[in-house]
Amino acid sequence: MKKVRIGAAQGFYGDTIEPAVATAEKGNVQYICFDALAELTMAILVKDKRKNENAGFTKDIGLQMRALLPYLKEKRIKLLTNGGGINPVGAQREILRVAKEMGINDLKVAVVTGDNVLDRIPEFEEKGYNLNHIDTGEGIEQVKDRLEFANAYIGARPIVRALEQGADIVVTGRTTDTAQFLAPLIYEFGWGEEEWDKLASGVFMGHLLECSAQSTGGNFSGNWQDIEGFDRMGYPIAEVSENGEFVISKVEDRGGLVTIDTVKEQMLYEIHDPSAYLTPDVIVDLTNVRLENIGPNQVRVTGTRGKPRPDSLKVVMGYEDGYAGQVIVGFSWPDAMQKARKVDEVIRIQLERNGLRYQEVRTDFMGYNALSGPLAHENESELNEVFLRMVVKAKTKQEAAKFSRLFPPLALNGPPSMSGFSGNSAPRALLGMWSTLIPREDIEANLKVEVAEV
Amino acid sequence: MAIVKLKDIAQSRSGDKGNIVNVGVFAPNQAIYQVFLEQLTPEKVKEHFAGLVKGEVVRYELPNIFALNFVCKEALDGGGSSSTRLDNLGKCFGSNMLRLEIEVDDYLLKDLNNEVSNHAI
Repeated sequence: MKKVRIGAAQGFYGDTIEPAVATAEKGNVQYICFDALAELTMAILVKDKRKNENAGFTKDIGLQMRALLPYLKEKRIKLLTNGGGINPVGAQREILRVAKEMGINDLKVAVVTGDNVLDRIPEFEEKGYNLNHIDTGEGIEQVKDRLEFANAYIGARPIVRALEQGADIVVTGRTTDTAQFLAPLIYEFGWGEEEWDKLASGVFMGHLLECSAQSTGGNFSGNWQDIEGFDRMGYPIAEVSENGEFVISKVEDRGGLVTIDTVKEQMLYEIHDPSAYLTPDVIVDLTNVRLENIGPNQVRVTGTRGKPRPDSLKVVMGYEDGYAGQVIVGFSWPDAMQKARKVDEVIRIQLERNGLRYQEVRTDFMGYNALSGPLAHENESELNEVFLRMVVKAKTKQEAAKFSRLFPPLALNGPPSMSGFSGNSAPRALLGMWSTLIPREDIEANLKVEVAEV
Repeated sequence: MAIVKLKDIAQSRSGDKGNIVNVGVFAPNQAIYQVFLEQLTPEKVKEHFAGLVKGEVVRYELPNIFALNFVCKEALDGGGSSSTRLDNLGKCFGSNMLRLEIEVDDYLLKDLNNEVSNHAI
């Protein structure tokens, strides 16, 4: 019986390619799939493109290709990535360039475009679509003039079309995190548009693979001390059957652990209603899923159900939302917390006196409550050291930059043993996110697949 | 009856979407899942995250894997890319959830210590 083996290569922009190389070498996979994009990634890529018209895709795509291209012909592997980001055509060009440089030929690289809808907002408004925020219901007027990007989350179908045209590599923009993983299954098994359970199973497989080691022991909240090989984690591999059922494993001699306990944590990651996980291709129901340990580092996944796909697609837009200025300074024992609190107080007095009005002034004590907030338990008296972190939110970069200048004098003027000041870093741009829904026909009519060859 | 921290009996993982954080909480077996169902109410979780979560907390049940999924709204001071929080992606909500204390019958805890890991759920 035919089975398709898929390896995970990337969980985010900045991930290491080493585990994917191990999978290519020893994982016996036909497809290696990437998820390069998070909400924040699009914003980073927009900034890159503003500086350089040819940029706007994930910069590590060249390195990834250099590492994996040698395996493509030898092992008959195909690569699917959404690392095209805001400039998928630029990414396609870069891949072709790298292939040429490596002396590789007979390689078909496809690109999917049409997810970028930033220029189409007026058209959507003319059609009378309400672009209200899906979570808050607010109208878009307040952010419309500050939009930096707007991309529709598109599904697996255009990637399938690229595979049908013989593509060895498919690069896309804002396809969903799971689309790259589902597409090969539709292509290989010929799953129909309404085989909801199978499609749902394919999406769920993608969900378990798209955050790389998060299903093979990375970020494991159980007995994480028992996980071996954090220095060389293996990324998940799925072996999928025609009926949609699949087994998760990894390359045996890489680090990590695949058990019910490591897999189930990833099952709910970034999921809201588990009976209705919305994707462009199908609505996924996880409430009947069954997990089984069937061998060392092998978990079988069955029981995923699907419901008809939604009529609209999610569009996520990013809008400029001011700047954050941040300072971090440390204080040592004795009275570390008391000293840090005093400096917080002093800074706030100086802000007031200098008439520096910020939208927000935030104080955290790193080593005490910066990651726990109000949930930190009170044992502050004996801390060896603590780092005061203060952040302000300002409308402009200039205003935000003024904040950090208040700190250096306190090294001599304030409480004793202030240290570990890492210098004044440049304010960072903040980006608001606006999610809305657009009828799928409006997006799908504009999707294009183009194949180029070296 | 013993008072235990979730840390000692549960797994958890959190993730973000916009200004929403979800926290999956996983029980080790059916019996403790029942205890979670009774005691880990959305109200209790909302109270636990007071100051961090400004909006509603919705609870979803997954009896198939003995897990609860808590969807916490207005949980990131605006969302990952505009929040001034250090944990701007809500990665630590999972571990902070494990600070929560519940009451569990002693015999359930004893069983837990003797239990071999699940073959299937």
